[in-house]
Amino acid sequence: MVTKVDGGPSVLYIDRHFVHEVTSPQAFAGLRDRGIQVRKPEKTVATADHNIPTLKQDQPIQDELSRFQVNKLALNCEEFGVPLYGLNHKWNGIVHVIGPELGITKPGMTIVCGDSHTSTHGAFGSIAFGIGTSEVEMVLATQTLLQNKPKTMRINIDGELGKGVVSKDIVLYIISQIGTGGATGYFVEFAGSAIRNLSMEARMTICNMSIEMGARGGMIAPDETTFEYIKGREFAPKGAEWDKAVEEWRQLPSDADAAFDKELVFKASDIEPMITYGTNPGMGIGISKSIPTFEEIEKSTQATFKKSMQYMDFEPGDAMIGKKVDYVFIGSCTNGRIEDLRAFAAFVKGKKKADNITAWIVPGSHQVEAQAEEEGIRQILEEAGFEMRQPGCSACLAMNDDKIPEGNYAVSTSNRNFEGRQGPGARTMLASPLTAAATAITGKITDPRDFL
Amino acid sequence: MPIDKFVKLESTCVPVPIENVDTDQIIPARFLKATTREGFGDNLFADWRYDKSGNPKKDFVLNDPTYSGKILVAGQNFGSGSSREHAAWAIAGYGFKAVVSSFFADIFKNNSLNNGLLPVQVSKEFLEELFQAIEKDPATKVEIDLENQKITLQPNGPSESFDINPYKKKCMLNGFDDIDYLLNISNEIETWEKANS
Repeated sequence: MVTKVDGGPSVLYIDRHFVHEVTSPQAFAGLRDRGIQVRKPEKTVATADHNIPTLKQDQPIQDELSRFQVNKLALNCEEFGVPLYGLNHKWNGIVHVIGPELGITKPGMTIVCGDSHTSTHGAFGSIAFGIGTSEVEMVLATQTLLQNKPKTMRINIDGELGKGVVSKDIVLYIISQIGTGGATGYFVEFAGSAIRNLSMEARMTICNMSIEMGARGGMIAPDETTFEYIKGREFAPKGAEWDKAVEEWRQLPSDADAAFDKELVFKASDIEPMITYGTNPGMGIGISKSIPTFEEIEKSTQATFKKSMQYMDFEPGDAMIGKKVDYVFIGSCTNGRIEDLRAFAAFVKGKKKADNITAWIVPGSHQVEAQAEEEGIRQILEEAGFEMRQPGCSACLAMNDDKIPEGNYAVSTSNRNFEGRQGPGARTMLASPLTAAATAITGKITDPRDFL
Repeated sequence: MPIDKFVKLESTCVPVPIENVDTDQIIPARFLKATTREGFGDNLFADWRYDKSGNPKKDFVLNDPTYSGKILVAGQNFGSGSSREHAAWAIAGYGFKAVVSSFFADIFKNNSLNNGLLPVQVSKEFLEELFQAIEKDPATKVEIDLENQKITLQPNGPSESFDINPYKKKCMLNGFDDIDYLLNISNEIETWEKANS
């Protein structure tokens, strides 16, 4: 914290500012209008991810507006001296995938980006949150942000996860319990034995979706798993610097008796593979369950429920298992990393994609793509009838051509199932890579545990 | 850039009695390809407002001339989801100066304040009364007094107080923006950087 406004917000120094093509053009234009430079280009990292195609990336982008916007980022970064891992750069990928994999994201940092899923980086014990374009301009201009201190919440998940249950199910479960506004105004810390036992990528999935419960940000205390992940990565400290950094990071976790404004406890054993049935991420149930009946829905959310049922063309009381599916999307900053691709590939190996399914497997970055290639994942996918595309945000928000057609049902490993999110009229059901894999094989909603 | 000042507003309202309106509804992703701040008002609630062929949907409030005004009244949990500030630009670009709801998502609230669009959080009961009054008489006026942090159903009330961050209140009353403040304390930032490098 640099200073505090009397009776107002604190001035927070930003250690790392991630930038992408969609929320930055107006910010750079603002700097230009003021006649000022980016204060710390070396603390800024840019990528193109939201608008880019996931096929034929070596050719010019077809869509005129997308091409213009991606180009604008390149021009802006050139003008202002901001490092850019743009289209076709070996480190290009979804912003919240490349930060961690390049070792840019480190414990204890303050990290922002004009993107709500910036909370992902909280998995490293950093203070990471999403900001709007005006705030992007603020950070570019001053490397600081005016922030009011949020309340704190700790969400504990204790015990062991059942077979076929993964971190995506944990976070969908939590949101189904507390709602999309359940953590609004709070910065959340995830703790408990179930969290400790997760890999870094699994932790990132959870922190990624903190925003879907309304949280300002979500973090997990760094530990040996965290340090192991960062070690040796491109921008990780090396040698004596590394040892010094780890010592500092070890001091970071909250004291055992730290007080939080709110504390919640959940049992890992209560969680089964999850699937959403409605039009917000909180409308999810265990896959073996049925959609609630109207009477079971809390009065204040009945209107939303009714609207959802109409949009999805589902009936209250319907079972989810067996419902028809048209598309399966593996990817996004939630589940587009190597462990997600490995899990999907291991599941579909030796099996065949259902004929009625169109599947888009989109790696989160070129590095993930390259690693998948090296591990033979591309081959496994192709033999099962799947195709691995090139990295980008893709169908998560369908800004590029990867749009789910109107009325079609998609099981997606992304993070939002809002009306029209994956394309106008698209019907999204959020799930884990395992559930998506099972569905891709049978052609309808399937419990992955049937295969395990 | 300086934001528009907001001191006192008296206006009729446009009701959107839908809960959990997320920013994908307020401004769908395909409109985020723009590189300037203009024109977003045209695409406000695009997929609720227009059909596939671009024709206005008769049953959506923005296409109903009975309702007009500078105040948007919306169901609880307004603005959840994506951090796109374009949502605030769309609402302000359309002509709204304030949004009234019983609950706002954090990032949207911040984005609104940074753009001179006032988010007014009221109780569930007050919101319900507001919706009912507007339904009964679409010409119902509401007064929002920022200085006194009061929202009043005209002509005879009721009235309710609303919270706002004192710093943000000052910015909105005077049309100040955060960047000017931060640029002014450049020296302090530099001192901090030197001490913490």
